[in-house]
Amino acid sequence: MSNKTHVQARINGEDTEFLCEPQQSLLEVLRDTLGMTGTKEGCNDGNCGACSVVLNGRLVDSCLVLAVETEGKSVDTIEGVAGPQGLHPLQQKFLEEAALQCGICTPGFIVAAKALLEREPNPSEQRVRLWLAGNLCRCTGYDKIVRAVLGAAKVMEAKKP
Amino acid sequence: MTTSTPKKYDVIGTRPIRHDGVEKVTGRAKYGADLQLPGLLYGKVLRSPHAHARIRSIDTSAAEALPGVKAVVTGSDIPAASDTVQSLGETAVRMRYLSNNVLAGDKALYKGQAIAAVAAVNVNVAEEALALIKVDYQPLPPVINVMDAIKDGAPLLHEDMLTQELGKRTDKHSNIANHFQFKKGDLEAGLQKADVIVEREFNTASVHQGYIETHNGTALWSSDGNLTIWCSTQGSFMVRSQLAQLLMVPESKIKVVPMEIGGGFGGKISVYLEPLAALLARKTGHPVKLTMSRAEVFEGTGPTPGTHMKVKMGANKEGRITAAQVSLYYEAGAFPGSPVNAGAMCALAPYNLENAQVDGYDVVVNKPKAAAYRAPGSTQSAMAVETVIDEVCEKLKIDPLEFRLLNGAKEGDRRVDGPTFGRIGYLETVRAALAHPHYKTPLGGPHRGRGVASGFWFNAGGQSSCYISVNADGTVSLVEGSVDIGGTRVSVAMQAAEVLGLPAEAVKPTVVDTDSVGYTWVTGGSSTTLKTGLAAYEAAQDVKRQLLERAAKIWETPVENIELVKGVFRSKHDPALKLTFAELAGKLLATGGPVTGSASVDAKGVGPAFATHIVDVEVDPETGKTQILRYTAVQDAGTAIHPSYVEGQIQGGVAQGIGWALNEEYFFNQQGQMANSSFLDYRMPTSLDLPLIDTVIVEVPNPGHPFGVRGVGEVPIVPPPAAIANAISHALGVRMTTLPMSPGKVLEALWKKEGGRS
Repeated sequence: MSNKTHVQARINGEDTEFLCEPQQSLLEVLRDTLGMTGTKEGCNDGNCGACSVVLNGRLVDSCLVLAVETEGKSVDTIEGVAGPQGLHPLQQKFLEEAALQCGICTPGFIVAAKALLEREPNPSEQRVRLWLAGNLCRCTGYDKIVRAVLGAAKVMEAKKP
Repeated sequence: MTTSTPKKYDVIGTRPIRHDGVEKVTGRAKYGADLQLPGLLYGKVLRSPHAHARIRSIDTSAAEALPGVKAVVTGSDIPAASDTVQSLGETAVRMRYLSNNVLAGDKALYKGQAIAAVAAVNVNVAEEALALIKVDYQPLPPVINVMDAIKDGAPLLHEDMLTQELGKRTDKHSNIANHFQFKKGDLEAGLQKADVIVEREFNTASVHQGYIETHNGTALWSSDGNLTIWCSTQGSFMVRSQLAQLLMVPESKIKVVPMEIGGGFGGKISVYLEPLAALLARKTGHPVKLTMSRAEVFEGTGPTPGTHMKVKMGANKEGRITAAQVSLYYEAGAFPGSPVNAGAMCALAPYNLENAQVDGYDVVVNKPKAAAYRAPGSTQSAMAVETVIDEVCEKLKIDPLEFRLLNGAKEGDRRVDGPTFGRIGYLETVRAALAHPHYKTPLGGPHRGRGVASGFWFNAGGQSSCYISVNADGTVSLVEGSVDIGGTRVSVAMQAAEVLGLPAEAVKPTVVDTDSVGYTWVTGGSSTTLKTGLAAYEAAQDVKRQLLERAAKIWETPVENIELVKGVFRSKHDPALKLTFAELAGKLLATGGPVTGSASVDAKGVGPAFATHIVDVEVDPETGKTQILRYTAVQDAGTAIHPSYVEGQIQGGVAQGIGWALNEEYFFNQQGQMANSSFLDYRMPTSLDLPLIDTVIVEVPNPGHPFGVRGVGEVPIVPPPAAIANAISHALGVRMTTLPMSPGKVLEALWKKEGGRS
């Protein structure tokens, strides 16, 4: 218990402090220490993308990031995607397109897709497929997920001033 | 694309947003591993490093002495389970075997089998404690392949197991738990009449269900003897009954709280961690949570069996099958109970045959105990039968879909295993496939091929319960016991809404624990929209009856004079007398009290599912890699309650079938240890591996359900491997007889055909 490190990170825009052991992953701290269980664990070895978060603007698997590495950095998780004004267009499109079945991979897909659309507002179907290839879904066959992301891109583009 | 009759319903067939959707897209939905409780301890499981070993002794004293460790349990902590058989949805299990699968007895029968479990203050301490448990193993030679397991002199997994032969117990000790046979007509006479005969042998590898959420289980055993379990399961009542028998505790003492479930596909029916959590909770007096790692999921749960299969089929020049013979050897894993029975019943089900014989062999091997996986057993046997049919068609120069129209099963035809079909929609799926533009589009390139295949699944019904209470604002709350694994809250709620004349959004469905609703069978067998839909339909009828009576009471008129039309209660005679559903709901408390409806059903009117798929592939002859270019899946859904989720089930089943066909496979070394227990090395399809998957929903309503529901979840996984094998065969001119058809296997087949290079 004594070798815990104090870490200060900006999580979903809020300055957040936590104590963690040096071997703890960001995923562990988010889920077990901070109670932010929207980020899911599917493999804990960087192969399923269920734990996707954005670290200083870069999409990462939070199971492969040590919690101590987030000192002074920003972390954006699924919990920060919807605002008080409502759902993000991606979340809305996932609902409308029935792009989830069991839902366990959904937070990771939404975080990953949001990172894509912030970089590339008009991706092609192939580009969406390539970008999301790090996120496994076993229920949907990806068809409706890809449609939801392409649909959300259109909505976001139309909303731009 | 949906082909359907004119609109009969207001809610059914529409696409409302699922009620649990917002929770799931915002990360708020609580899955099993998300649970936190005060005083929670963390458990970890010690697993056998050997595929086959006698366990001479287990010494847990050093682990128990480690600071932070609160309890250790081994197989001897499980109360002696009686030698009874427990129905587990689509499979059944002897409790003694289940007990040994949960925690090994005197033998370890596969690498990854649970040997002991530890509860500690955190996961790290628990893992440290595992390393301190001393197990004295005597390693034994493993059998990891079904053909090795049935050889004379093969090492025996269960020395006391006697082979069942055609329904009779023999005195023979072997790894064959059971051999059974279905027969119809005269096989030899049928083969005599054939103008062409094709005979092939097939081998398929073990594959895993691959749900993204790993198994979990949390238990609290109170000092009053009440046990509460939180877990991700397809059947909370099945968890309750398994625990009651394993732990020898009355069912009434156990409450199972189903958390959201992150995929199951049949693999989350049998218990794994729940009894360990319970035993550790009893020993510690604390709540204990266990979760599996991905490697534990691969090595300790699932899979669906590897197989060896033989098919011999004869047909005449007119394109009629004259005889078919199928032999299926399925790996049960460490304990008897592979899905070979279902595989044998499904193998020839799409065809009306005069002469046929199917033999099934349930064979134990040193692999994890097989679990149900989406249409369990049917995908393997379809791979064998549907590719042989394709070869027969090639020899006869008949279009494979036209051939299916000539031989396909319809109402009144009898299956080889006995039952006679009621109204089914198989031929409708074949006709829709024939008419689809995909089937007529030129392939447009070299090394490309098109394949078709069909599939059958029984579907299931079973027991279910549902309560509906009317809220004063005109909505209703619906309580059900069916775990929602892929959108059944909405498909069940829509059926209640249809009865009550409400929009789907006015029905608020909740999945509750085993103390809060009547018995409900598993979310499995493609049964939920049928059986819990029926329970919701009946409960809504109960509510409707009571509301009609209440309106009659308010208006002081006989109930026969009142009707409910599109959400409005009105007099048949006096146009002035009408109340909307919401208006009447608002008057309930002051006019006699609240209204609650309920229903418990045992749904028997099951309607089977058929699917016919078309796939185009391109094979790279240099690397052997197969790319799926286009995929069209046609399926009879009966009535599609929520077409988006029907399409989703079809697309998901196809994706799993493509993975099974091309990539997925358990690799075992000579010691029987799985060598690829991670998502990196066990490669499931990613978004980049698949095209958009076109679905065609054919609707031949099931007369056994008030809205014509058949059940849709399972059959879409059945045709893909065979359809893809047929497509590869046409692309390369070489018949594929193994799964997966990985690049190496395709190249081997190609080189063998070319002769020499190998």
